[in-house]
Amino acid sequence: MNDWTRIAPLDEIPRLGARVIKTDTMEIAVFRTSSDEVFAINNACPHKQGPLSEGIVHGHAVTCPLHNWNIDLASGEALGPDEGCTNTFPAKVDDGIVYIDLKHSARAC
Amino acid sequence: MKERLVLVGNGMAGVRALEELLKYAPDLYDITVFGAEPYPNYNRIMLSPVLAGEKTIDDIILNSRDWYDEHGIELHTGDAVVAIDRAARKVKTESGREVGYDRLLLATGSEPFIIPVPGADKDGVLGFRDIADVDQMLEAARRYKKAVVIGGGLLGLEAANGLMKNGMDVTVVHLMDILMERQLDRPAAELLKASLEERGMKFLMEAQTSEILGEDRVSGVRFADGSSIDADLVVMAVGIRPNIALAEQAGIHCERGVVVNDTMQTFDPRVYAVGECVQHRGVCYGLVAPLFEQAKVAANHLARIGIARYEGSVTSTKLKVTGIDLFSAGEFNEGEGDETLVLQDPAQGVYKKLVIRDNRIKGAVMYGDTMDGTWYFQLLREGTDISDMRATILFGQHDVGDAGHGDAARVASLSDDAEICGCNGVCKGEIIDAIQTKGLFTLDDVKAHTKAASSCGSCAGLVEALLASTVGEGYDATPSKKAVCGCTEHSHDEVIQAIREHELKDMRAVFDFLDWKTPDGCATCRPALNYYLLANWPAEYQDDARSRFINERAHGNIQKDGTYSVVPRMFGGLCTPADLRAIADVAEKYQVPEMKVTGGQRIDLFGVKKEDLPAMWKDLTDAGFVSGHAYGKAMRTVKTCAGKTWCRFGTQNSTALGVRLEELTWGSWMPHKFKLAVSGCPRNCAEATIKDFGVVCVDSGYELHIGGNGGIKVRVTDLLCKVESEEEVLEYCGAFIQLYREEAHYLERTAPWVERVSLGYIKSRVLDDEEGRKALYERFRIGQRFAQVDPWKQRAEGAEAYEFQPLEVAGQ
Ligand SMILES: Cc1cc2nc3c(=O)[nH]c(=O)nc-3n(C[C@H](O)[C@H](O)[C@H](O)COP(=O)(O)OP(=O)(O)OC[C@H]3O[C@@H](n4cnc5c(N)ncnc54)[C@H](O)[C@@H]3O)c2cc1C
Ligand code: HEM
Ligand code: SF4
Ligand code: FES
Repeated sequence: MNDWTRIAPLDEIPRLGARVIKTDTMEIAVFRTSSDEVFAINNACPHKQGPLSEGIVHGHAVTCPLHNWNIDLASGEALGPDEGCTNTFPAKVDDGIVYIDLKHSARAC
Repeated sequence: MKERLVLVGNGMAGVRALEELLKYAPDLYDITVFGAEPYPNYNRIMLSPVLAGEKTIDDIILNSRDWYDEHGIELHTGDAVVAIDRAARKVKTESGREVGYDRLLLATGSEPFIIPVPGADKDGVLGFRDIADVDQMLEAARRYKKAVVIGGGLLGLEAANGLMKNGMDVTVVHLMDILMERQLDRPAAELLKASLEERGMKFLMEAQTSEILGEDRVSGVRFADGSSIDADLVVMAVGIRPNIALAEQAGIHCERGVVVNDTMQTFDPRVYAVGECVQHRGVCYGLVAPLFEQAKVAANHLARIGIARYEGSVTSTKLKVTGIDLFSAGEFNEGEGDETLVLQDPAQGVYKKLVIRDNRIKGAVMYGDTMDGTWYFQLLREGTDISDMRATILFGQHDVGDAGHGDAARVASLSDDAEICGCNGVCKGEIIDAIQTKGLFTLDDVKAHTKAASSCGSCAGLVEALLASTVGEGYDATPSKKAVCGCTEHSHDEVIQAIREHELKDMRAVFDFLDWKTPDGCATCRPALNYYLLANWPAEYQDDARSRFINERAHGNIQKDGTYSVVPRMFGGLCTPADLRAIADVAEKYQVPEMKVTGGQRIDLFGVKKEDLPAMWKDLTDAGFVSGHAYGKAMRTVKTCAGKTWCRFGTQNSTALGVRLEELTWGSWMPHKFKLAVSGCPRNCAEATIKDFGVVCVDSGYELHIGGNGGIKVRVTDLLCKVESEEEVLEYCGAFIQLYREEAHYLERTAPWVERVSLGYIKSRVLDDEEGRKALYERFRIGQRFAQVDPWKQRAEGAEAYEFQPLEVAGQ
């Protein structure tokens, strides 16, 4: 069972961009792709904790602003020659509102 | 009916002769080739890198079977010729084929010399000559541990290095007390030995092999002094022996090799010979360069042109062990009455020696830094009198002042007939000619068309440097073909052209028009496209923040802890007490942990939290500051010196000019960062000659300098021209910047751009073409109308607020 938390209207996240939510323990980056899908992912690059929310978004991936690793938004895994992964959280858009399940980290690494 | 040509020996020299022949006379002969090995022609030299695991067999095939088909050549591999019937003019092969000939070309190469000691025929005793040998060595490396290489020459050391790379414990056994005694003098040989020992190679010097031990397979090697060592594999690399059995059997005159005259003809006028099997004027060669010269001569005669003569070669050698640079040529051990020039730097592992007789170079040995080998070799072969250069010749062709341009500078100063590729005897002029007339862009193209760098590969760096400088000059006609990124096949130039000519005014239009392969591009192409669109359509294009790197989006430099730094612009580095006070107030209010005066003459505030940026910018803009763009691919700063108002040396009003230049150019987005400086006199305290655009004031006006930078590779500017008024300085500056903005590739600084397109090209656009210059300047000013909006002010007033605020989540 998912435990959805209402986050914000989709409009508040720029297309091909991200916003950050701060919880007590971590920052979560919420991404919006060019086709309006949303993904929530721990805002720390598996390489050296770069802030992924500040990266350039393309397809289902984001390029970390610090050293250009590409991270898959759906799985949290590094793409291409690099290896590593970060946590993701279930996310959905319902009637123009973004919801995230903050309790069920979709993949613990 | 066509005449029939048969080639015996499908190796490097023979096939090269065919290639040359096809160039002269493609249809003269019906050609048949016999090769004992089961492969098409491959690059034997590269067996060493194959053994070392740096290349594969596929990489080293020179002519695939398709090549033979295309040229109508009948190829029989794995079928050795066993007899020549000169009376009936036909050859007979192992498999029983008989083929008639009108002309015969022998190119049977040579065989490794196997020392005739007891046990030399045991399993696991090999030469190092062909693919089969390499296969056996690789197989042995998988199954066994200990290898002994007999022979500390070029071939032996390459074999030993390769076996070591495959995990074997390798001992090199050498008869002499120094390695490579035929190529090196003692000091160089000792440096080489030390460096190989450091990699784990072992040596037994002055050891004479007397017996190979073992049952069926080798188990050890015994020496003349009675001692012995264990071995699971023995590679004999003590020399080669021309392969003359076939010619001898056919009654063709042979001594050590098949004897030929200067036209590469044997004693039978229908039979030619080239390669290692040949003896010419008493010499047998064992390196490809002379063999390729022979091939050219033989082809010339086979094609019935009949004018070429082969008159022997001086050879030079390099060792192909990755990471070891070694070069030797000529008579490198001084004789009586010779002088030597020596440069020795043990700490850097560099040793160079030139042997001089009558003011001419007779020989050279170099270790560690072999860059100038080509040059010395040219001086040697041409017998140049070096009296004038004696003092500096060891430092190389370029004097010590040259910083960081290595290959490019050296290659630029070589004359057109300087040999670049020693293996194939290709000169600089030929390469440049091929690049220009055939429109070549890549190393592979040059290899394919000129053969340069296609054999041992050690001149690849020089060829690339030539390519860079030549394609640079022919830039208009021959844009670089490298794709922007994996999302497209188009080059930067093609993209720029399409945006301009087809009036593509947003990113989607570019993606569609040029068939981008990805839906949203990637982090490489999006910022580039965003820049190109902005530079070309300043009025129409809506800047896309999502296609900018975070620094340009947040208008600050992201630091490694995720905070930002803020740098307000100080025009020309000038400031007032009020300015400084305002900065001090802001620094205290936002608890800036550190401040610093930058190299660009302004003040950096470090450690600012992203959320604080807009408020801080508000305070700064209220005090009259604009963003310094210290974070962007943009115009950064104008550095100025003390100037005429105060300095007793000052000539023009340099500080005021600096301020005017900064007022003209601030806010402009560029392919890369762009810095300016103005110095008040030639003492040049503002260091204007390492800036993208620098002005040095002189009594009679202003010198304009372009294309400099500091950084990893310092590049001093080129002098563009001298002008007389400040108005002209502004116009030339704006025009130069606009040309750079319109034509350079994204992320290409002015220094490499100027080198790529050449100073001459820039002069032709900015100096010679007055109308063009004025048009460029006008376009720059139009662009600036849209660019000179302060991004800080906009954001302080609320633009893109989402960029700086986290989302609030109810109940968190
Ligand atoms: C490991 C290694 C590294 C080397 N490194 C360098 C280097 O760095 N620089 C350099 O200049 N040189 C180097 N050389 C030397 C260079 O490879 C030779 O000089 C060159 O290959 C000789 O060319 P060739 O055509 O005379 O002989 P090959 O290339 O040996 O060709 C002769 C061919 O003829 C075939 N053949 C012989 N007899 C018959 C027959 N009866 N019927 C049919 N076919 C026959 C052989 O099988 C062979 O394939 C190296 C050699 C080796 C083995
Ligand atoms: C005869 C030669 C020179 C004279 C008379 C001279 C004079 C001066 C003077 C008077 C200043 C002080 C300006 C000020 O008040 O800030 C100055 C500063 C400076 N000069 Fe020179 N200079 C000379 C050569 C050079 C050279 C060769 C360089 C560098 C390549 C150089 C680099 C600088 C720099 C970087 C500064 C600024 C220092 C700073 O304040 O940070 N100068 N020079
Ligand atoms: S460049 Fe000339 S005018 Fe400027 S400070 Fe240096 S010495 Fe003075
Ligand atoms: S921290 Fe993300 S790539 Fe280095």
